[in-house]
Amino acid sequence: MLEEKNNLKAWLYLLPAIILLSIFTFYPIINAFILVFLENYRYIDGSYTGWTLTGNISVVVNSGLFWRAIQNTIFIVFVSVPVSVIISLFIAVWLNSIKKFQGAYQTIFFLPYVTNAIAIGLAFAVIFSTTGGLFNYFLEAIGLSPRVWVSTGASWGRAMFALLVFITWSGLAFKIMVFLSGLQSIDKQYYDAARVDAASRRRVFLKITVPLLSPMIAFITITSFIGAFKEYTAIVGMFGENLNPGVGRNMLITIVGIVYQSLGETYPGATSEAAAAAIILFFMTLILTLFNMWVSKKRVHY
Amino acid sequence: METIEIKLQNLTKVFQAKNKEETIAVNDLDITIPAGKLIGLLGPSGCGKSTTLYMISGLLKPTEGRIFFGDTDVTDVAPEKRGIGLVFQNYALYPHMTVKQNILFPLENLKMDKEKALERAQFYADLVGIGHLMARKPVQLSGGQQQRVAIARALVKEPRVLLLDEPLSNLDARLRLQTREEIKRIQKETGITTIFVTHDQEEAMSISDEIVLMQEGIQQQKGAPQDVYDKPANLFVAKFLGSPPINLFEGRIENEKIMVGKAQFGRAEGKKDQKVVIGVRPEGFNIVERSSLKVTVDFVETIGRDTTLIIQKPEGAVDPEVLKAQQEESDEMIDGIEEGSIEETAPEQKATFRAIVDADNRVKPGDVIKLSVKPHKMFLFNKDGELI
Repeated sequence: MLEEKNNLKAWLYLLPAIILLSIFTFYPIINAFILVFLENYRYIDGSYTGWTLTGNISVVVNSGLFWRAIQNTIFIVFVSVPVSVIISLFIAVWLNSIKKFQGAYQTIFFLPYVTNAIAIGLAFAVIFSTTGGLFNYFLEAIGLSPRVWVSTGASWGRAMFALLVFITWSGLAFKIMVFLSGLQSIDKQYYDAARVDAASRRRVFLKITVPLLSPMIAFITITSFIGAFKEYTAIVGMFGENLNPGVGRNMLITIVGIVYQSLGETYPGATSEAAAAAIILFFMTLILTLFNMWVSKKRVHY
Repeated sequence: METIEIKLQNLTKVFQAKNKEETIAVNDLDITIPAGKLIGLLGPSGCGKSTTLYMISGLLKPTEGRIFFGDTDVTDVAPEKRGIGLVFQNYALYPHMTVKQNILFPLENLKMDKEKALERAQFYADLVGIGHLMARKPVQLSGGQQQRVAIARALVKEPRVLLLDEPLSNLDARLRLQTREEIKRIQKETGITTIFVTHDQEEAMSISDEIVLMQEGIQQQKGAPQDVYDKPANLFVAKFLGSPPINLFEGRIENEKIMVGKAQFGRAEGKKDQKVVIGVRPEGFNIVERSSLKVTVDFVETIGRDTTLIIQKPEGAVDPEVLKAQQEESDEMIDGIEEGSIEETAPEQKATFRAIVDADNRVKPGDVIKLSVKPHKMFLFNKDGELI
């Protein structure tokens, strides 16, 4: 009797969250899985001509853009995540070790997090611009010749490089903050003990800091991988809606880019193609996350 | 293992708070710690004993003064180069490493040959009695076992000095008793100069070769436990050592007689007339036929071997102000001493004192008895708490 009452109360408390999640998360997910199997679905009137098992998926996979999107996405995921995790870890350790102006530095490093991604993208586009850009200016200063990075004529490698610098940089703030809070919760006595035991700074970092921070590292890695799979805003911010340096289209398209572009089309079946791309992305993310969790089970010390 | 003497010279530590307020944690400490001995740094919390220990370890820099290991001045030597083993109050075992990895850690830092390191780690693990737990993680160990791992980790690099910060405070009463014997044994077997910090006078007295008693950053007395107990240098030392604590009476010296109210406690030859505080150890009383110290027994606590009498203090023995001061002090002592029983601070007890007498004396509550005071169990202090 008592238990039932409590259950009712619990559901009542959960209700607002459940309603919102149902409308904006659960329903779209279920709907996406249904849309994939509809033939010539039109979202305007909801009409469709029949069912298909792999039709929409094969349209997406054979579209020509798909493999480029996969390549771009995977490149972004496997470069930006490890690089930004490692850099932010070092910055957090450094921030934690300085004594003067720690608060000021923390604020500076956190600012990117509260800045709009599109705005930062525009700023980075300026930094990487061919003439008058800071980056080319820097290259010249160290004796290298300037290159085209984000304008017409930029190679895929250069454009991707500029994009990765931007993505990595804008992801640092949140990671640094999480690592910093993790570092500050580590008992100082471990470091005193390591000092008395003559552990080198490298060993203290690898044998004490990293293992004791491993729950945070696992959390950040998994969420960053998921975030990187969904990358799209950064590309729009830096290269515009054509997802291409200068004129041309889709050089830097990602899977989410396909989703958005398909959603923008009105021909029959376009929405189903977007759903198909989304589901492909879903399974890629799922597999990698499961792998991540399997690794962290072995490596994370709670 | 090489043993060395440790010398602290004018050691001072001043902590400065953000608002520039200064706290003198350790004040002009001069101590020589003989080689190969076990020394207890004893005092109430906040007396500077842990600060002293951390200065010896090198983790804290002294504001003034020098520290010598043998003939070498190590004041400016980094902790890792001092050759010390340190056991932290909470052990600071690395939670992600097994017992074996924890003990091996200092040796790996020294880049010792792997096989030799393993052998040494096993030797010290066996020495402290945790050799069979090498594969466990610290969370899988009891408090006592963790403490032994911490000691093994401190000993494994064969330091010249072993420092222990409140090593027993996280253990339950029974384990504490057992572990302190263990520490004594390990220290004897290794012959390593050992300093340990404690607020528990019983713990310090039971295992130390010498104790150093501190209060407010100042050394109060140093010596063999029995000597310090038998010849306290001042009122603080007399009160801090001993369980049950020493009895205090307001009194005076009159014509070389020690008087409390109308009762005579003894003679003070060659001492001029003055007001004094008289301290008498609970075991310092005899029940006698004739004495001017005639008192009423309130309670009798029998434990078989001997009997503790809780007795009303004679008239004039308690000055209301002293009563208040005593109350405050014993509150402080309670903060420091975990084992301090509530009984000792209950206000109604303050008008009474304790006498431990032979169980053969069949005394009942309400009895009026006559007592004499053993002169060597009685100490006289002036109003500043100095021994006279």
